[in-house]
Amino acid sequence: MIRNVKALTQRELVATFYSPVAYIVAAVFLVASGYLFMDKTLVVGSEASIRGMLHSMAWVLVFAVPLLTMRALADEYASGTIESLMTAPVSDVEVVLGKFFGVLVFYAALLATTLMHVVVLFRYGEGDPAVVAFGYVGMLLLGALYVAVGLFASALTRYQLVAAMIGAGLLSVFTIIVDSLAIWQGGVWRTVLGYINILYQFEDFAKGIFDTKGLVFFVSGTLFFLFLTVKVVESRRWR
Amino acid sequence: MIKVQNLTKVFGSRRAIDGISFSIEEGEIVGFLGPNGAGKSTTIRILTCYMPATEGVASVGGHDVFNDSMAVRRIIGYLPENTPLDMYVRVREYLHFRGKLRGLDRLAREAAIKRVADLCWLGDFIDRPIHQLSKGMRQRVGLADALLHDPKVLILDEPTIGLDPTQIRETRNLIHELAKRHTVFLSSHILPEVEATCQRTIIIAEGKIVASGSPGELKDRIRGGSRLIVEIAGPDSQIEKSLSSMNGVDKVNATSDNGWQRLTIETRRGEDLREEVFKLVKEKGWSLRELRLEVGSLEEFFIQITAQQLQSRQQSALREGR
Repeated sequence: MIRNVKALTQRELVATFYSPVAYIVAAVFLVASGYLFMDKTLVVGSEASIRGMLHSMAWVLVFAVPLLTMRALADEYASGTIESLMTAPVSDVEVVLGKFFGVLVFYAALLATTLMHVVVLFRYGEGDPAVVAFGYVGMLLLGALYVAVGLFASALTRYQLVAAMIGAGLLSVFTIIVDSLAIWQGGVWRTVLGYINILYQFEDFAKGIFDTKGLVFFVSGTLFFLFLTVKVVESRRWR
Repeated sequence: MIKVQNLTKVFGSRRAIDGISFSIEEGEIVGFLGPNGAGKSTTIRILTCYMPATEGVASVGGHDVFNDSMAVRRIIGYLPENTPLDMYVRVREYLHFRGKLRGLDRLAREAAIKRVADLCWLGDFIDRPIHQLSKGMRQRVGLADALLHDPKVLILDEPTIGLDPTQIRETRNLIHELAKRHTVFLSSHILPEVEATCQRTIIIAEGKIVASGSPGELKDRIRGGSRLIVEIAGPDSQIEKSLSSMNGVDKVNATSDNGWQRLTIETRRGEDLREEVFKLVKEKGWSLRELRLEVGSLEEFFIQITAQQLQSRQQSALREGR
């Protein structure tokens, strides 16, 4: 199990590094994080934290992560390599997990580049290490959920562009749209919409609070979408 | 080694394969022949655990393809149609990845890669990226991948499609070589291909098995069997009559050509009556200028089947049109 997932993760990572899309996403990510750090933190009178940057990055990632995940399964279907993969002694779960970790490692590497902002922060200000640490924990959890949603979208189609649009669409629902809807609703609906709002759940992590509710939300959401992905991959063989 | 019983696969309203049964013994090399769209790839995909069957059972090496899928996958080496490969990596890296999935450790992988590289002549391009390789080279990489874990059963879907004549001959030789160690099941829509490589052929059309046997056995089953072509000069009415009354003769067709009679004699069981015909001619004192046995070819048989298939398809299209 672990050996197969490891082999598949490596392959996915290699494939990501060979794809030009990954470099474009990386460039956009670096520019965005740099700009946001300057705009939110490197301003006279602002607080010495990366909260503003992380919070805005969560928005950027709604569109960036689906571009990283769109290739994962859609391209297997388009090129036919799914056939040699699924006739080797590996299970559907292992294939999906391998892809998940492959993209997640790439995402983590991108995230690690923002650590230079943290260095600047501590050099010129008095940042709170706990706030920064939990901010990154939150970003990893958020990234895992985004990657799982993106993979699910990629399993649905053989066209990468369609996969990216479905992924970004789904993530928009759980961030932007849910947020707008909540304003118009009251009572129970407001609570429900608030609970499935990814950005709302991320809020506490960005503030530096370790939030069990948020942890449960991200982990269960990630597992739920990975489960859906496995089911879609399974069901595609029946057709 | 491979057992298939009453296997059916339905896509929507179309029956891609319809209740087929066959079995393949260990060490056999069997060809799966049929026109495009006959259901060859569907059958193979069920055997290799890529898709489940709608009805029926199939097993490889005693393991059920549905219930014991991982055991089946471990003993099968499979070359899918059109050889899908990871385009961005080098051949060696690809084989390493595939070896890992097969559970081989580093040393075992290196040994296995060396073995298949020799077997499939990968030496020249083993360190080149796969997207740079030609179709023939990719085919060899796919075959090397299928052989990596020294599988008991080798399943090849159209292994020579898209290759040039030299490569086809090389691949055929390789398959012959492999048949000594593995049970081989290969599909093709080209008849000489199967005739040249396989001990036994299973012919499929419209999702049903229409014939099965060694090339020799299949030839016997060809409708009309073999024919004698004879040209005789003599009294016209007598020739046809005496030939028709010969033992074993089914039908005689005669045409005249400048005083010569050209006769096509169809025999009942494909018997060779050349000697008897010659004796008759000698006895009657006629002249003889041609005496030839025309053996029906597998090719004809195959074309017959394909034509039948086309006809039934056109008929059903007409029916639907109404």
